[in-house]
Amino acid sequence: MASQDQYLSFSSSGFGKWLTGTLGLPQPIPLVRYRPGKPELRGPVVVGAAPGSKIEDFLASALRAMGAVTLYHPDSADWRLAAGRHEVMTGRFVPEDSGRTGALLFDATAIADTEGLKALYAFFHDTIRSLATNGRIVVIGTAPEDADSIEAAAIQRGLEGFTRSLGKEVRRAVAVQLVWLKPGGEASLDSTLRFFLSGRSAYVSGQTVRVGVPVTGVVDRPDPARSQAGRTVLITGASRGIGLSIAETFARDGAQVVLLDIPPAASELAKHAERLGGAALALDITSPDAQDAIAADAAGRGGYDVVVHNAGITRDKTIAKMSASQWDSVLDVNFAAPLHITEKLLVAKAIRPNGRVVFVSSLSGIAGNLGQSNYALSKAALIGAVGKLAPLAATEGVTVNAVAPGFIETQMTAAIPFAIREAGRRMNSMSQGGLPVDVAETIAWFAHPGSGGINGAVVRVCGQSLLGA
Amino acid sequence: MSSAPLPRRVAILGGSRIPFARSNTAYAELSNQDMLTAALQALVDKFNLHGERLGEVAAGAVLKHSRDIALTRESVLSTTLSHDTPAYDVQQACGTGLEAAILVANKIALGQIDVGIAGGVDTASDAPVAVNEGFRRALMRANRGKSTGQKLAALSKVRPGMLLKPELPRNAEARTGLSMGEHCELMAKRWEISRESQDELAVASHHNLAAAYDSGFLNDLVVPYKGLTRDNNLRPDSTLEKVAKLKPAYDRAGGTLTAANSTPLTDGASVVLLASEEWARAHDLPVLAYLRTGETAAVDFVDGDEGLLMAPVHAVPRMLEKLGLTLQDFDFYEIHEAFAAQVLCTLKAWEDPVYSRERLKLDVPLGSIDRTKLNIHGGSLAAGHPFAATGGRILATLAKMIDRNGGGRGLISICAAGGQGVVAVVEK
Repeated sequence: MASQDQYLSFSSSGFGKWLTGTLGLPQPIPLVRYRPGKPELRGPVVVGAAPGSKIEDFLASALRAMGAVTLYHPDSADWRLAAGRHEVMTGRFVPEDSGRTGALLFDATAIADTEGLKALYAFFHDTIRSLATNGRIVVIGTAPEDADSIEAAAIQRGLEGFTRSLGKEVRRAVAVQLVWLKPGGEASLDSTLRFFLSGRSAYVSGQTVRVGVPVTGVVDRPDPARSQAGRTVLITGASRGIGLSIAETFARDGAQVVLLDIPPAASELAKHAERLGGAALALDITSPDAQDAIAADAAGRGGYDVVVHNAGITRDKTIAKMSASQWDSVLDVNFAAPLHITEKLLVAKAIRPNGRVVFVSSLSGIAGNLGQSNYALSKAALIGAVGKLAPLAATEGVTVNAVAPGFIETQMTAAIPFAIREAGRRMNSMSQGGLPVDVAETIAWFAHPGSGGINGAVVRVCGQSLLGA
Repeated sequence: MSSAPLPRRVAILGGSRIPFARSNTAYAELSNQDMLTAALQALVDKFNLHGERLGEVAAGAVLKHSRDIALTRESVLSTTLSHDTPAYDVQQACGTGLEAAILVANKIALGQIDVGIAGGVDTASDAPVAVNEGFRRALMRANRGKSTGQKLAALSKVRPGMLLKPELPRNAEARTGLSMGEHCELMAKRWEISRESQDELAVASHHNLAAAYDSGFLNDLVVPYKGLTRDNNLRPDSTLEKVAKLKPAYDRAGGTLTAANSTPLTDGASVVLLASEEWARAHDLPVLAYLRTGETAAVDFVDGDEGLLMAPVHAVPRMLEKLGLTLQDFDFYEIHEAFAAQVLCTLKAWEDPVYSRERLKLDVPLGSIDRTKLNIHGGSLAAGHPFAATGGRILATLAKMIDRNGGGRGLISICAAGGQGVVAVVEK
């Protein structure tokens, strides 16, 4: 898929790099994505904390599980003790001695006043130049609504502006995220840190996510290479593009996958299902008997662990030119069907404890898009559904989240006229489009058995697009 | 005047080293001073010794620039240790690091000091290249000249060729002109050490060190430096098939020593913190193990009658006799892998009745060791061998192994140039 973006290949070549640099054109850097068996980190993780943090042991334990090597900012020398307790390799960060680093991790949870922000400044001021291309930045804060004072809440909210600015100024394929910790969420940081610090989140940047107590109350820590082992995953719209990539990613991580798509795609679907050692379910999710058929399939498998609502269509017209059937079909496929199927499965208790529902929304649903009033409505409605469903599903031990892809290189986006396509690709901090696998990895992170502390989240997979930001 | 107390037990509290790097790689632009300072500062950070005045710091390097007269002291001054901490340089070829530790330990044992740091550093990437000897002599003569005429006469002896032929440090014995590898090749032939057995030892070294890194065992002994987090000589996927393909390095025709079963030139530094038990208690630092004793031996290798690297073979029985121990009374053996053949010659010599009787003056050979206890977390063949830094690496690793084991006893054996060898016993 990467080869679709010929400008990316050109500007990465010797001559292309010189020419684009001379002309001041965008110089996208090829994203380094996660590959099983390859190191997850690009280099040592530089760790820093504002004074008063209480989560360093949780961070050390998570980093140890990743096999991370750490360096500590001189103002955070206490890290040495936490690292020692968890046998994490560590050393003092010295700009001229430490070489290229793979990630910067700052614990801002204890910042409650502007004085405390000095540590944030010092850490990034001193370390950011050491960060390698494709590096990662993660700031961990306290969710503003849980802060103890107005000033603390305001500052914690302010971190969002800070991290998003870093994403825009550091570039070089570096992804920057903010994690807002909820009370009791410390123990379930592992899967989120593993996602944000590795190549799994290559095209996710400028995002904020809350991590709280897992909906099941316990933190699952599966084998990282086979995190979905023993889990059954339903993926709709799975015969091609993003849906197929989602199925491949879950199969890679050890899941039993059930690929669903419309009957005309049945043969493709069966082929992919067989290749992935999964099952095929050829049906139209908008047909009257779809809900019952899916519920029956779930029952036959002892329930699903993960349901990924990826199926979607576009029928683009400006509202004046749009026919009623174009309006209806988009809303039916993209919004009504996934919502009603989810309700049906939850009522039937066909999603097992520590289960996941993930909707594939869209940047269109956040920013709106010319000619997509129907599509944007349906995708924004999914975000609304997440907000209302998440607390209800939590009582069943199930989380409900959404991903909102930006410009992803697929057959669908390849059909966009050149000028618009180029604008879509470049108008983000990565200066390139994402790949289906970037969406898939994000969904796999939501679906990770250890991600029960993330519920009601909407995460964009857009390379920090300028749209809707 | 202090009273002369009875010898005290010397505690090993821990060590720090930077990852070792094959020469002319990650540390190519660094000096011994840089690397020793980095390792020292890491130890100071690890044990929170900022501003502490220690009894002494003893360290050294084998390849030294003439400017490094006070290498160790200069490093101390670059760290956050109290600058009132005295320091001196030690130099005993590859035995430097362990010899430095024995020196510091002896002072602690005698009550002269309570705490000290021992270590070593070496780089072959920043070797002391000197000016041509003829050029140097001409300069000295010009310097001695009383008149301008005498000075010019002396300088007139300078030839352009002198400027292009600097004096390079040689990895060769001064008295035989043979490189260490050539000497070890002679030993391997004399002791009939097979290529296969050498290769097996080398591959095991890589696998053991890789496992030590993977399990996190080395996480508190190694500090990241210049982008390295592991020794870059380490080849975790090393196999017998791969190393068997290499051509002999020192004797192209009939040799068995290769680039895989010999250590490469390496850059690196290591340091170890030693203290009295009282000092450790007062600073709330757990004791990993005790440095019980050390022994140094030398052999006359010049006429070829004894192998260059056989001195540890002599040192160990002398030390064991004093301690009343046998070679089998150990849980861990750390025999420095300068060359796989050196390790195998050492083990074979201890098993050989004739050699033991004639050379070691032993009625009964020391016997064989349980090979599963040998270099279990890897050795110099995998980690690399920055000459003076090897002793500190081994000492800290062994102390941690003994601590992890809940106690035990370990033997260290390090061969050195000049026909010398330094050995020690660590226990808890």
